[in-house]
Amino acid sequence: MSSLRGKTAIVGMADTKVGKLPHIGATELCVEAAMLALEDAGISKDQVDGLVTCHSMTEPHMYHAEAVAEYMQIFPRYCVTANAGGGTTFSVLQNAAAAIATGICKTIVISMADCLRTGLTRDQAMALQSSTGHPQFEIPYGPTVPAFYALIARAHMEQYGTTPEQMAAVAVNGRNYAAMNPRAQMRDPITIEDVLASRMIADPLHLLDCSLVSDGGAAVVLTSAEQAKDFPTDPVYLLGFGEGHGHEHISQARSLTTSAAVESGRRAFRMAGMGPGDISVAQIYDCFTPVLLIELEDLGFCSKGEAGAFVAAGETALTGSLPMNTNGGLLSYCHPGNPGSMFGLTEAVAQLRGDSGERQVSNAETALVHGQGGIMSSHATVILGQEQVL
Amino acid sequence: MSEHSGKVCPQSRPGTEPYWQACKRHEFLIQQCKECGNHQFYPRIICTSCSSRAVNWIPASGRGTVLTWTVVRRAVSNAYAAEVPYVIALIKLQEGPVLMSIVRGCEPESIHAGMTVEVSFEEWSDQVSMPVFVTTSG
Ligand SMILES: [Zn+2]
Repeated sequence: MSSLRGKTAIVGMADTKVGKLPHIGATELCVEAAMLALEDAGISKDQVDGLVTCHSMTEPHMYHAEAVAEYMQIFPRYCVTANAGGGTTFSVLQNAAAAIATGICKTIVISMADCLRTGLTRDQAMALQSSTGHPQFEIPYGPTVPAFYALIARAHMEQYGTTPEQMAAVAVNGRNYAAMNPRAQMRDPITIEDVLASRMIADPLHLLDCSLVSDGGAAVVLTSAEQAKDFPTDPVYLLGFGEGHGHEHISQARSLTTSAAVESGRRAFRMAGMGPGDISVAQIYDCFTPVLLIELEDLGFCSKGEAGAFVAAGETALTGSLPMNTNGGLLSYCHPGNPGSMFGLTEAVAQLRGDSGERQVSNAETALVHGQGGIMSSHATVILGQEQVL
Repeated sequence: MSEHSGKVCPQSRPGTEPYWQACKRHEFLIQQCKECGNHQFYPRIICTSCSSRAVNWIPASGRGTVLTWTVVRRAVSNAYAAEVPYVIALIKLQEGPVLMSIVRGCEPESIHAGMTVEVSFEEWSDQVSMPVFVTTSG
């Protein structure tokens, strides 16, 4: 089977409003994101023959994508629900691209939404999210999601001397971009001192090392590279995909400080025929600040142990060598749970279209988007580019 | 027992029943492969190293060292709130496997990587004795 490189393109995309949306449920928000993306692509729902969604924690359906198709009254020939979020978001994107490349269907809407902010109580959200732990051998001890990630943060500190200040710099990076994003949930400027002074949640993670809890949805319209030319938008081509899956439960991880992002990144770069130095802008999963440091290293943007200094030196700012998480990321733009990675994807498309306003990266031709899910468990990397890098 | 009420008690499954039954007797079991000698935890029907199905339950030393840890300051639910701050750690057993547990009996500030710990059991209900770890002097 030949490579998926350049076979498909994103021709429509949209984010819903994000933050606190008490007047809309997760199913409606998923439909809203899909309709906005179709509008952006200039097509009607009847021109869609594929639908991909993700499970919602607040409005679960056993057959989620089917429920959304029924709600919209579309009758796709390809209909898939992503099991969870994080890395699985881009796993289903790779599957969708393969479905198009092999002629299973022609035009797929990928729409993901949830309402963790207003649809769940704090206790419900804590319990649901920590259920990623092993039901017999982890959950009974009372770990929270920040606690799972704190175990990784501490291991990275022990092994490489990473500091709380360097982790805080990741949060500051996200907030600096969010200040330039009128849609972001949290826009007030913060400093490293603010992060370190925020309440300790699970040592060494402070409140501001943790991502947001949000309502929100995002969608993209995916079609073949040939068909993409018939759409009114500038197509953004999918050049590389890669996945890596290391474990489910953190106590079973092969390594606490090196993740399966090594494999996912290497596979995506190989398909794209590129390396880290070819990337104009990156959107990398930042559910907690130390996660981003490990991913930067494992994707090859820094050597092991160097990511803290890299971010602290401003290399991920708009003026740095690798502008990163330019919408504010999960730390400051929004994080509605399973849909989280989608916002990195839509921001990458916006950057490659030149539509990112004040936070636009100049001459952005290529973008890398990376998602991870579980507790550094499943990783997926996508590389996108404008037509001239095809 | 009331201090443990409301906590998530492990529900044993057919494959893990011997482990939880042993905990009731305050014995700490792991598995060892008869073919290649590999130790493993959690329990499985195959050896993760050589795929043999000849995996046996063996009594483990119950001793290990802290690989990494965190101090939970915001409990996962009300049932755990009384224990805040509590220490969650990944512990490398002397036999090799790594597991998650709670570490009791030390100030959260004193915990460090490489610290030696040993298993202890708490009665969480009539059905469940929960293995936890406590710090040792050496
Ligand atoms: Zn074996």
